[in-house]
Amino acid sequence: MPDRAADRDDEAKLLERLRAGDDAAYEELVRRYGARMLAVAQRMLRNREDAREIVQEAYLSAFRAIHRFAGGSRISTWLHRIVVNAALMRLRSRRRKPEESIEDLLPAFLPDGHQATPATPWTETAFEQMERAELRQTVREAIARLPEGYRIVLVLRDIEGFDTEETGRMLEITPSAVKTRLHRARQALRTLLDLHFREAVA
Amino acid sequence: MTCRELIEFLIDYDSGELDGDVRAEFERHLGTCPPCLAYLDTYRRTVQLGREALADGDGAALPEMPEELVRAILAARAQR
Repeated sequence: MPDRAADRDDEAKLLERLRAGDDAAYEELVRRYGARMLAVAQRMLRNREDAREIVQEAYLSAFRAIHRFAGGSRISTWLHRIVVNAALMRLRSRRRKPEESIEDLLPAFLPDGHQATPATPWTETAFEQMERAELRQTVREAIARLPEGYRIVLVLRDIEGFDTEETGRMLEITPSAVKTRLHRARQALRTLLDLHFREAVA
Repeated sequence: MTCRELIEFLIDYDSGELDGDVRAEFERHLGTCPPCLAYLDTYRRTVQLGREALADGDGAALPEMPEELVRAILAARAQR
């Protein structure tokens, strides 16, 4: 089990060295946390090249901001926030291409309020028959199909673990809008996954 | 409560934000409507699958941090 006190001590020492401008400390920061930051960038952006650029930008931001980092949170938490913000800026600056409308992926209802296509449970066999890697790939591809504004909320809330308020601040939308988009993103994802996992009608 | 209404506010039910009477209404509906119960189950499963598909660890290795990227970052720092 990692020793928390030793970890904190470790980080405090690294921070001291970073503030003193120690080149080896900077290299350590890149090597120690780089893969994790790359993983986050890849989740948020959808292409590997962009993800690498974002990690580079994020590290340069971090280097500039080192003197403002008070050490109140873990270094990994601080870097996580920086790379998420860098990715968000990149997403904002991209020209929006025409996307599948979220409406097409939301459940439809009859005039009496019943589900137009009543949901049925997903079979365990569908999951058992799929290799783990195939399952992950299927879900990732479905997430990638979500319209961007919804996909990003799902990623920030359900995967990156930011709460409603923080997500709203990062995206400059109200907490209420965050909740609505999250719910719609989840519903849309459910619709896409339902195609794979729905119980086959005998 | 119609299925449409239930599904529209499902996120609040699922996150435990509904209180007393409203919550009871949801549960009543879910108790008598198999398609809505199936919707809730598959909705929850969807959230779980999304987390597992994108999470690090547990079988999903972290990506390789390319050496060129490490060097590029350190070089960019040195240039300023």
